[in-house]
Amino acid sequence: MSESTAVIERREHDAKTAFGFWMYIMTDCVLFATLFAVFAVLRNNTFGGPSGRELFDMPYVLGETLFLLTSSFTCGLAMLAVQRKDRPKVLFWLAVTFLFGTAFLVLELTEFRHLVIEGNGWRRSGFLSSYFTLVGTHGFHIIVGLLWMGVLMVKVRAGLTGALVRRLTLFSLFWHFLDVVWIFIFTIVYAIGVA
Amino acid sequence: MTEQIENTRSRKLPSDATGSPTKYVTGFMLSVVLTVITYLLVTHHSFSRETIIVAIMGLAFLQFIVQLFFFLHLGSDTRPRWKLYVLLFMLLIVGIIVIGSLWIMNHLNYHMDMEHVHEYLNAQDNL
Repeated sequence: MSESTAVIERREHDAKTAFGFWMYIMTDCVLFATLFAVFAVLRNNTFGGPSGRELFDMPYVLGETLFLLTSSFTCGLAMLAVQRKDRPKVLFWLAVTFLFGTAFLVLELTEFRHLVIEGNGWRRSGFLSSYFTLVGTHGFHIIVGLLWMGVLMVKVRAGLTGALVRRLTLFSLFWHFLDVVWIFIFTIVYAIGVA
Repeated sequence: MTEQIENTRSRKLPSDATGSPTKYVTGFMLSVVLTVITYLLVTHHSFSRETIIVAIMGLAFLQFIVQLFFFLHLGSDTRPRWKLYVLLFMLLIVGIIVIGSLWIMNHLNYHMDMEHVHEYLNAQDNL
């Protein structure tokens, strides 16, 4: 066996940290599940107001979805660069991920803005309250992810240390998880809403 | 001897758990295809609403599995597969919350006496 005990110990420690973070992600899934349950219960309570069929613009939402999906993919490419210790590539792919993530957020906030301006804010109906809570909570996670990514990018510029690699691994888990949650928002909120 | 081999293998795995280019590209392509199929199903109303809903829920679940495997690298977990066990427990809780809420709330709707609801709403309007 060529690996030293120190390396093995560090890896085992990293694996434990990753598992702890995985536990957090699973509990966050439960949080989203409760919001999905609320939405599913209130989806038809439009109180005479518009339903998803009138409000949602599917081509627009498909664009949002593809932006987020691409950012999840490029985040994976950044992690491959981390494995190779290729610092410029890590920075490049993180920047691309950040760009697509920001594009997604801008599209989402623009959508929210249109809804509110047209009088279809969260106060309009039970359906819209649950819609804004569910999609807004996801959007809040995206904002936190973008901030975290920004901090990591600054740190990567200074050098790829072992501790930083561990943090990048946790970040990639978080970012992929947000895309997984979005699959269900896309399907349950938007696709079924217009079906 | 076998135990030693087991050990080396399980110790090597955490570093392998970050994936390969082919894995990410495959995962990405599959996700795009599944998303676009969902999109086409709901924008071209060629089937009944019920069929479409069942189909797109199936597609969402499929994409969930795809991303778990290709992006979150669940398959490369070391034994014992704690990540998988926690995930399955999470799915159980999620199932109880979502299905339970829908079941109870639909049941309550079913038992609501609409006559009384209308009377109540009329009284509110007259106030």
